[in-house]
Amino acid sequence: MIVCITSEGDSWESAVDQRFGRCRYFIFVDTESTEFSAVENPNVSGMGGVGIQSGQMVASKQAKVVLTGKIGPNASQTLEAAGIGVVLNVKGTVAQAFDQFKKGDLKITEGPNADEKAGM
Amino acid sequence: MIIAVASGKGGTGKTTVSVNLALSLPNVQLIDCDVEEPNAAIFIDPVITETKEARVPVPRFDKNKCTFCGKCSDVCEYNAIAVLPRSQAREGNSIFLPDLCHGCGACEYFCPAGAISETYRPIGVIEFGDRDTLQFIHGKLNIGKTMSPPLIRQVKQFMNPTRTVILDSPPGTSCPVITAVEGADFCVLVTEPTPFGLNDLQLAVETLRKLRIPFGVVINRSDLGEEKTERYCSAEEIPVLMKIPFSEKIAESYSRGEPIIMAFPEYKDLFQQLYQNIEQQMKPESKDIFSQETAREG
Repeated sequence: MIVCITSEGDSWESAVDQRFGRCRYFIFVDTESTEFSAVENPNVSGMGGVGIQSGQMVASKQAKVVLTGKIGPNASQTLEAAGIGVVLNVKGTVAQAFDQFKKGDLKITEGPNADEKAGM
Repeated sequence: MIIAVASGKGGTGKTTVSVNLALSLPNVQLIDCDVEEPNAAIFIDPVITETKEARVPVPRFDKNKCTFCGKCSDVCEYNAIAVLPRSQAREGNSIFLPDLCHGCGACEYFCPAGAISETYRPIGVIEFGDRDTLQFIHGKLNIGKTMSPPLIRQVKQFMNPTRTVILDSPPGTSCPVITAVEGADFCVLVTEPTPFGLNDLQLAVETLRKLRIPFGVVINRSDLGEEKTERYCSAEEIPVLMKIPFSEKIAESYSRGEPIIMAFPEYKDLFQQLYQNIEQQMKPESKDIFSQETAREG
């Protein structure tokens, strides 16, 4: 399964970006092979609707779960429509977040925890 | 003549100038284009004779015809549509977010499956009324709606060219302001002599120069604050059309919803003088405001 972690940088040691739609990088990790890829987020400075764009981008990478800090209503709807689970309020580094997820310490939540435009 | 009354900074006195100018002249149509917070009606107190619903087009999606190809999402400039193809969501799915939609119709035009048709959603109302011989129109955007330009455009469709049209514009320099002042023959920029007032006046001046609309400045509460605003206007050769000194009595009448010229009839002459100053600026022999820009840039 592919897990997507929002990140401030492109490495395991980067901090988890607390914003979903406007995070710096999306890190995709395969839970079986731990294959790692960092994708720079093209939507960082988009005018509007970035949650939707980011949601579609995560879906296109076949991710099944997103680990992030906060997520807005549009992104939340998009991920839900794509059948992607979301874990909110994730802190620390990408590596820590991934380990916690693998150990089963993180719980998938439903619905947004931030207002529209909160990440601007 | 179409006169827009605008300002960079909010709360400088756009509505005060619009309303009093409108009430000082014959044969006027006053249109409140500040559809997010229209307040000219408080001072005009018009008898509303007609109300129209304002609507914008939005797409309707037929999920039975949709192949989830994603074309509509690709062409949507405002990211109002998300499409999750079959490979990504169990059965293919799409989401439409009406608040991001600008109603351009590109999704319908480009849909290869004919799955999108056009429908409408209400965004506000347009009210028509009068006070004595003054024609009054304003738009009221529904609460929670974020896009005012379509409503401003619809309100302006009712401009009456046989009258002097006064457009009370929203503040700022973004899309709603551009939409309100577009097509005006002249724009009055209302400012106050404060650092914020001057900063935002400069932004508004830049905007109007881009739009190539002739303009002049009214300085409200002109005796409070500093002289930098007047120095700026004279350095930039911007005509100062009127100065309204601060008066506690004007503030009191304002707070009662009373136009200045009702509380202080002597102001009627001053607002008529403002109109004459505007006309003077519009005369071909008067200094052309476009040439200022050319001179400045050249």
